[in-house]
Amino acid sequence: MHALDGNAIGGLLLEVFGAEMTTATGTCAHCGAAAQVAELVVYLEAPGTVVRCRSCESVLIVIVDVRGTKCVDLRGAATLQ
Amino acid sequence: MSFVSRGFRGRRRESDADPARVPPGQYTTDDFPVLSAGPTPHTPLPEWTFSIVQGDEKKTWTWDEFRALPSETVTVDIHCVTRWSKLDTTWEGVSVDTLLEEADSEAPYILAFCDGGYTTNLPAEDVTGGKAWVAFGYGGEALDPEHGGPARLLVPHLYFWKSAKWLRGLVLREEDEPGFWETYGYHMYGDPWREQRYSGD
Amino acid sequence: MARAAVLGRLTWQVAGVEQVVDETPRVRTIVLDVPDWPGHRAGQHLDIRLTAEDGYRAEREYSIASAPDEPVAITVERLDDGEVSPYLTEELRPGDGLELRGPIGGYFVWDPEDGGPLLLVAGGSGVVPLRAMLRHRQRSGSDAPVRLLYSSRTLGDVIYRRELDQAADGVEVVHTLTREQPPGWTGPARRVDAELLGEFAWPTEDGALAFVCGPTSFVETVAAGLVELGYPPARVKTERFGATGR
Repeated sequence: MHALDGNAIGGLLLEVFGAEMTTATGTCAHCGAAAQVAELVVYLEAPGTVVRCRSCESVLIVIVDVRGTKCVDLRGAATLQ
Repeated sequence: MSFVSRGFRGRRRESDADPARVPPGQYTTDDFPVLSAGPTPHTPLPEWTFSIVQGDEKKTWTWDEFRALPSETVTVDIHCVTRWSKLDTTWEGVSVDTLLEEADSEAPYILAFCDGGYTTNLPAEDVTGGKAWVAFGYGGEALDPEHGGPARLLVPHLYFWKSAKWLRGLVLREEDEPGFWETYGYHMYGDPWREQRYSGD
Repeated sequence: MARAAVLGRLTWQVAGVEQVVDETPRVRTIVLDVPDWPGHRAGQHLDIRLTAEDGYRAEREYSIASAPDEPVAITVERLDDGEVSPYLTEELRPGDGLELRGPIGGYFVWDPEDGGPLLLVAGGSGVVPLRAMLRHRQRSGSDAPVRLLYSSRTLGDVIYRRELDQAADGVEVVHTLTREQPPGWTGPARRVDAELLGEFAWPTEDGALAFVCGPTSFVETVAAGLVELGYPPARVKTERFGATGR
């Protein structure tokens, strides 16, 4: 299985947000489920990092390293705090 | 000068691959890495369909109908944007030309759509003229779900994210609409020989 | 105090390899000397980065195996088709540099003030962050009762075996060996399932805090099993390791 959880991107999120984010709560823009980032489903084996809702599998966060710059897309997260 | 780990080479091996076959920034591998942005779908074959969609019109094949179409075996090199290239991979599939025959379309663009919601966009001319297949076999066997089975798009001349796994159909479009990775910063076209990895390259 | 030292350096830094310790034929602990190390919490991890001469890079993360007041150490299992783990377990030697960042993590952590009882469930190398918790518990003088249920393929694969055999007061360790057991083995001999959990987990009414770590499928089976027993989901913390060692 290639799916991990938000613990696996603790360092990446620290780098991108400048803060410890695995205990932040994300809510899915698609189904409304709320979960700590550490408990979200993470796919690392891809052209980017994809974080999905554990309830409905929708994409919450995508992080792509574009020529050395981390580009973060949070459109799938209704909230992240 | 950044730190170098003494004695570390990584998974790459000395390759006797013809450099002319390896695009810039790529290395060759004997493995077939599995990359995925989501869970592996498992649509049962009796429920599986493939469609060509144009506006309100749709032509659909069931699995049996799809497998009854003429198919061919091809050996091609594939190039992943994550920098690995795999030479001489053998696939069995139905040419996209065959699937588009009846549609007789002049639509300039295609959006491939898949189980799990993945999409990718391509110019129509990049999937016609013998350049693309809907592949159901790899290495002489049925395509493994991990690698996109029962069927995936195969477009070897572009970066492999365009060879969409778990393919369910192609939408013919007037405009080029970014698919999954294109939306998140990857190049709209993706020519490995011009190293078009990201938007703006 | 450990809790305040969580963020550490956001940037990569080069640590020195002080010592390597072979725990099992496939598993090695690497003790590091990290300049200006801010301290860490039990359960946190490090990101490790290897760079080849031509600039090729590979990154992985490894749980910190030591308690907050000990030198930083990671324990690495060599994966047969791994890219980083063979280097760390076979090539890297004292005197070498190792690029890392950390400590990282605020979810899968235990501090003595969190108390207990603690249920620690480990699958293979998932035992590493749990061992850091056990060492921290002991060194901090905590009396939180602990049960560790640890699944390994064979007795020879058990990491920190001697240390776990000499477990401190209040710590119960149960090993289950899934592939092969020594003659006379009376312990469990199968993968952790609902029945094993029912037998060894703290009763729900004890209000235990559970930490489950190992491969994804292991973690999901165990976490679901604990919730099935009545553990509130918020009291079951999970950390999934990948087959690639990530």
